[in-house]
Amino acid sequence: MLLEVQDLDVYYGAIHALQGISFNVEEGEIVSLIGANGAGKSTTLRTISGLLRPRHGSIKFRDQEITVIPAEKIVSLGISQVPEGRKIFAPLTVKENLDMGAYTRKDPVEIQQSMERVFTSFPRLKERLNQLGGTLSGGEQQMLATARGLMSHPSLLLLDEPSMGLSPILVEEIFRIIQEINAQGTSILLVEQNALMALSIAHRAYVLETGRIVLSGKASDLSQNSQVKSAYLGI
Amino acid sequence: MQKASVSTTAPTLAHGPKTRLAWVGQGFLLILAVLALYIVVRNLIQDPVQFGQIIIGGLQLGFVYALIALGYTMVYGIVKLINFAHGDVFMVGAFVSFFSVTKFNLESWPAVVFPGLPAAVVVVIGTLTVILLSMIVCTVLAITIERVAYKPLRDAPRIAALITAIGVSFFLEYFGALKFVFTPEFIPYPSPFTVVTFYINNGIQMMVPGKPLPGHVVTFTSIFVIFIVATLLVQFLLQYLVHRTKIGIAMRATSFDKPAARLMGINVDQVISFTFAVGAAFAGLGGVLYAIAYSSIWTQLGILPGLKAFVAAVVGGIGSIPGAFVGALIMGLAENLTMGYISTPMRDAVAFTILILVLLIRPTGLFGEPEKEKA
Ligand SMILES: Nc1ncnc2c1ncn2[C@@H]1O[C@H](COP(=O)(O)OP(=O)(O)OP(=O)(O)O)[C@@H](O)[C@H]1O
Ligand SMILES: [Mg+2]
Repeated sequence: MLLEVQDLDVYYGAIHALQGISFNVEEGEIVSLIGANGAGKSTTLRTISGLLRPRHGSIKFRDQEITVIPAEKIVSLGISQVPEGRKIFAPLTVKENLDMGAYTRKDPVEIQQSMERVFTSFPRLKERLNQLGGTLSGGEQQMLATARGLMSHPSLLLLDEPSMGLSPILVEEIFRIIQEINAQGTSILLVEQNALMALSIAHRAYVLETGRIVLSGKASDLSQNSQVKSAYLGI
Repeated sequence: MQKASVSTTAPTLAHGPKTRLAWVGQGFLLILAVLALYIVVRNLIQDPVQFGQIIIGGLQLGFVYALIALGYTMVYGIVKLINFAHGDVFMVGAFVSFFSVTKFNLESWPAVVFPGLPAAVVVVIGTLTVILLSMIVCTVLAITIERVAYKPLRDAPRIAALITAIGVSFFLEYFGALKFVFTPEFIPYPSPFTVVTFYINNGIQMMVPGKPLPGHVVTFTSIFVIFIVATLLVQFLLQYLVHRTKIGIAMRATSFDKPAARLMGINVDQVISFTFAVGAAFAGLGGVLYAIAYSSIWTQLGILPGLKAFVAAVVGGIGSIPGAFVGALIMGLAENLTMGYISTPMRDAVAFTILILVLLIRPTGLFGEPEKEKA
């Protein structure tokens, strides 16, 4: 098991944002977490990457308990998060943003290889290496955020709403690239509001509702589920 | 902080009466500027040598401010804290060098360890050692202050850390004033090397002690030259650090978005400590040079230079490294011109008038970008 989350309870002060959720991601999978606004999807990802501490429960990455490890160390274990809203470093150039993605790595040759690899997925970034991150278009920023997340060469990539604010064509493109990244061996935990797209590329999915997992299963089964259809797919 | 609120509220008030008010304000400023220009130009024509002397003094003061202002601006950039204790770290830098010279003769260690070394080499290496020791002590002091006083308040409202900074500043000043520490007296400062004076008269000449100057000429000291070299070196070093090194880029990333920086694997605490350390090292350097240049020290010597360096950082655009440099030169020059042509007590008034004007006209300073609201 690559990632195993068990009975996770997360609070923001008095707000009980995650109420004992459990799920897992296997090596090589795309697992999607879908749910409405405020369901706790981003909270889940932030807890995995160490920005938030759970009050109870455990998160095991390759059988290692990571809830006690600070966020900056979790990256070097092989978990990388592309946060909601992209969080590009606006005053840094595209190149510098990518370098920060590779912050935990030492070998310049390997970093260069990773950079070449992300350029094959996102050729547009290569043309804009010296442009400031803040001046990129929304779509380009999403590409940069994803590329930056890949620069640490993670074995698990956490994606928080990669389709947010993108045109339908770009959404298709981003999802195609996500599949490509997965095909190259990176496991993916994908948080999405766009449940239709998420379910179309995920192997498995979990449905989160106000801090609880209410449904789970194979993505293809869930997309046939009448409850999911009416609540998340708008069918 | 406050300056941002000034900029954001101003446009909403910009109806009707505001425009007339703005007219009066701008007219007043224009008169002020013309008056200042008139004074400067008239004096320049009347006595160019005196003018040159004032400019040199102003630049030297500006370099002192620049070395302090860098720390203010860097720390503000990364933790949005105006570190009021920074001027006192500068003071400690001066005192450390005082003790290493008077108590330990640190400046002459190369002569002791390697007898027969040429005197010039001894002076250079010895002085650099004195400076280096001050820089190291200041660095350690600043990291300690950050860890003990500021870090626990990092998630508290900003005002809490600000008040703590003022507290730390008072602590350093009055702890230093204790009898068994630095004493509250003015202490004559023995320079680790002999300061030479040069004068400009058919090129640059060295003044021979005991021999009078050939009339009315512009003079400057070797300290002035060292200030220029040191400040420019520091400026280039910082530009290199911030734009070319991994830790420097991480500093900029951290200052922009701390959670995102952590997601990159950046140890934000370390980066913040590093920023305090770099700023303190430069303040330590400034403290030693200041003490050598003005040859007297006491525990409150950091207060006014610290405040003015802070003003310089704001004038340049707080958070901007070139801004701190330019702002510091402006402050130094304005102050010295005031002293020379108006009156000495006016210098502080002018310094803070500049602060007020900048906050009114361009709150983000010369090089600052408007503070953006983060999503
Ligand atoms: N910093 C915070 N302080 C207090 N409450 C928070 C904070 N962040 C999130 N919450 C609350 O926790 C709950 C879960 O939020 P979360 O951001 O995880 O939702 P989400 O599923 O990602 O929603 P969205 O699809 O809108 O991004 C919400 O009720 C939210 O209001
Ligand atoms: Mg979210």
